[in-house]
Amino acid sequence: METQHKILVLDDDNDWLDLCREIFVGLPSKPDVRTASSARRALAMLETETFRLLICDLKMPRMDGLQVLAIVRRRFPGLRTVVLSGLEDEEFRSRAYALGVDLFWLKTDMQRNSKMFMDCIESLLGHDADGGFRGIQSKSLMDIIQMECLSRSSTVLRITRGPLVAKLWMQDGELIDAEVEGARGEVAFRRILAWKSGTFENLPAEPDRERTITKSINALLLESAQAMDEKENPSTEPESIEEAGHRKTIWKLAMLTREGAEFVIAVPREGQGEPEALGTQSTDQLGAWTRRAAEIAKKLGDKVEAGPLSHITGHNLEKQLMVLPRGDKSFLVGWPPDAASGQLLEQSRKLVASWDS
Amino acid sequence: MGFLKKLSRLFRSRAAVQQLPAGSVTVDRDGRIVTSTVSSVYPEELLGAIGRDVLVLFREARAAQTPLAEVSIHFASLRITARELRGGAIIFLFPQTALSPMPT
Repeated sequence: METQHKILVLDDDNDWLDLCREIFVGLPSKPDVRTASSARRALAMLETETFRLLICDLKMPRMDGLQVLAIVRRRFPGLRTVVLSGLEDEEFRSRAYALGVDLFWLKTDMQRNSKMFMDCIESLLGHDADGGFRGIQSKSLMDIIQMECLSRSSTVLRITRGPLVAKLWMQDGELIDAEVEGARGEVAFRRILAWKSGTFENLPAEPDRERTITKSINALLLESAQAMDEKENPSTEPESIEEAGHRKTIWKLAMLTREGAEFVIAVPREGQGEPEALGTQSTDQLGAWTRRAAEIAKKLGDKVEAGPLSHITGHNLEKQLMVLPRGDKSFLVGWPPDAASGQLLEQSRKLVASWDS
Repeated sequence: MGFLKKLSRLFRSRAAVQQLPAGSVTVDRDGRIVTSTVSSVYPEELLGAIGRDVLVLFREARAAQTPLAEVSIHFASLRITARELRGGAIIFLFPQTALSPMPT
């Protein structure tokens, strides 16, 4: 059934709002176009109604567009956002994209390429908000792999989920190898299949790739589906929780050693639990510093409108530190002083991403 | 055409978006700004806030038995790098654009 999506246009120029309304109601999906001339009004409307798309100006009195977008990103994470601005400055484009906007258009470009702009807006309205893999929304990785196999493809599927990268090698519709986080073959394949979302791309086939998987794709998919069902059903877990915890600790230590890090501390927010650490005795002290550092930096970022916090680094003669915020936790990863600083961010992200997985 | 007139009206500036700071600042151990190469257009109270927060990070790291020589805070569009300077700090502010190299 077709649903009429709602677009909210925010701009302090009422004439511009009238023009936008005229333009957007003409879109093929006939959206309901609403307008707001102040950030306060727009936020109030977003609180009370469900919108699919927010089109926002940057230069506005009192609260500017970047502030609005920062609030929207936190309070309405599912809302698609477009910046339509007259500011021809690369810095603002970067800051807008850093805040997670789907599209940044200059108003002058909108005039020059109005057809393309309208196509982009229509496409954003049409996107399904459900999970899935970018490019093929609402399809699980199993579906994508099956499609490749049915079409007898020879390709390398590169799948990215945050900092984690996996590859699947397919030859004439058969899965011949898989690789993720240092694991290969069926183990890697099962780990990849557990990913619920991400992005993927097709790379050229590598027919000379060594074959590590000999089972048919259907058998593998069936086994993986059964394993996932069992995992989701806690009543079929006869092994002790202690045993599972022990296995997880060993796995985390192995990760730590493989990457070459000295320690990792996972720090939940104040009042939400104690820091959990591997590789250090100074859990409480360093955990407290990590929590404070993340809090201070986040507040400072809001104050100077610098966008979301990516990470914090610090070093002295004995160690290098990396603080990474992730969801409700902050992670502190300690590295030896001679570790190559250029790769620490990626390596820390990998460690952190696999910590809770 | 009405469309173009309305577009041109848009470019009459009535409000501004805050630029990010670029340059360096030196703060003493009390957080007072000693020298600065950041544009004077940038609000001094925000520069002061950056200085104070950086000093708190250094101080609390010392309290956690991990005195740091340098701290960098990486935001999506700004990098703040601070070096400890006898209780104070010298702070470098680098706005990040799409063309900036990846921070490390």
